Amino acid sequence: MRHMLILGGGTAGTIMANKLASALDERDWRITVVDATEEHYYQPGFLFVPFGIYRMREIVKPRRQFLPGRIQFILSGIERIDAEKKTVMLSVGESLRYDCLIIATGADIHPEQTDGLFDEEWGRSKFDFYTPKGADRLAQFLKGWQGGKLVLSITEMPIKCPVAPLEFLFLADAYFTERGMRDKVDIHLVTPLSGAFTKPTSSDVLGEFLERKGITVTPDFDLGRVDSKEKKLVAWDETEVSYDLLVSIPTNMGNACIARSGMGNELNFVPTDKQTLKADGLEDVFVLGDASNLPSSKAGSVAHFQSEILFQNILEHIEGRPACAHFDGHANCFIESGFGKGLLIDFNYETEPLPGEFPLPGIGPFKLLQESSINHYGKMMFRWVYWNLLLRGVELPIEAEMSMAGKQVR
Amino acid sequence: MGTLSIAGKTIELDADGHLANRTDWTEDMAREIAAQDGIPELTPQHWAVINFMRTVFAKEGDAPSIRRLTKESGVDTKTLYQLFPKGPAKRAAKIAGLPKPKGCI
Repeated sequence: MRHMLILGGGTAGTIMANKLASALDERDWRITVVDATEEHYYQPGFLFVPFGIYRMREIVKPRRQFLPGRIQFILSGIERIDAEKKTVMLSVGESLRYDCLIIATGADIHPEQTDGLFDEEWGRSKFDFYTPKGADRLAQFLKGWQGGKLVLSITEMPIKCPVAPLEFLFLADAYFTERGMRDKVDIHLVTPLSGAFTKPTSSDVLGEFLERKGITVTPDFDLGRVDSKEKKLVAWDETEVSYDLLVSIPTNMGNACIARSGMGNELNFVPTDKQTLKADGLEDVFVLGDASNLPSSKAGSVAHFQSEILFQNILEHIEGRPACAHFDGHANCFIESGFGKGLLIDFNYETEPLPGEFPLPGIGPFKLLQESSINHYGKMMFRWVYWNLLLRGVELPIEAEMSMAGKQVR
Repeated sequence: MGTLSIAGKTIELDADGHLANRTDWTEDMAREIAAQDGIPELTPQHWAVINFMRTVFAKEGDAPSIRRLTKESGVDTKTLYQLFPKGPAKRAAKIAGLPKPKGCI
């Protein structure tokens, strides 16, 4: 009996477990998923919690509910991966041998990595919305806030869901407008990027959106430390930005078990072949989702597209054939722009987000890089798609490989 | 695409103003690029960073991030920003004759 071991029961690990459960013969393979917590959060929902659009209990379900009966779920942290001995040591003391390992341990925020960010003011005047606790606390705070200077600060790249900070700003603009206090709130984005986003066309479009909504951007700001007493951000070159309310996107890092295993880069992300998703230099080890060092976005859609490629490659690999399916870096992200509208971007390693229609040229129904109500409905419907189709590994009508159909090239 | 004239030679640059061919690079050229970029003198600390970047690039095909520079080059972040003001990773890559770091999305 061979053993397929999946570390992490988030979006990536759960999709993969479902796909493999229906493909691998039960007489030949057992499948195990290990995760440190019981709760599966719909992470795209965190964005909406601070504004009271979702409540936390609406975006959490038990992990086990999404794992087929034949899969063994072990509730434990991971101590260390020994790729040479093909063994994983669990925090609960047990060791697991594997024949094939999938690392899907994700990425988490680390405010303690920045001087002065994680102190007694964390949760009082400084918040995150990338954790259940952070998003909940921010929701409580915003309800009673009288206004002032709201600064959203991106510490360093890469971050999970790189469009989420922009969506937060758009939703904040709508939230304060609807509460009749937009004139009392100054909204700022402070970013290490040279503009609103990474790629030129979308950076221009999204930059114009920010400007139209009266949101100020401070680009090229590399955060060195936070001064909680003076309420200011200080860059490494000593330039400063003051705040009344800081919404921080802290440094994102891979799981600490990656560092303990001596497998990660400086941010604990696992060096991975960007096409085959095989861990560099390791036998029988694959990496899926946010845990890798791939130059693709860290997002659920990316984990989903990768899972289709990895599924093919794993089936080849366990038959002793070379992994020949290639991931193209495809990402597909709805961007909430407030007031019941949204944008959609679709891109890969080579092609930046372009305007157009998606998925059908001339028809859509979704608009690429343009605001529309249907994009907003797409985003809101996605929660249902996530729980009912995506996690269960059901094929969606979007190809893993990006298509140029409907895209307008400048 | 621009060019750079050094010691009577014309060197090709890429769209970002970095050297188009890494093999064109010489230490004199690094001094010249730095001077044009507002860094009049390259100290041993500058060279430690430049050489570290070239070593990583030769091995891995991309320039290291600031975090990695701090961790492995022996120069702390504060000093990096003093040596190469306004974005050490980008500026040091340019002086080291490497393409603009790809960074992440």
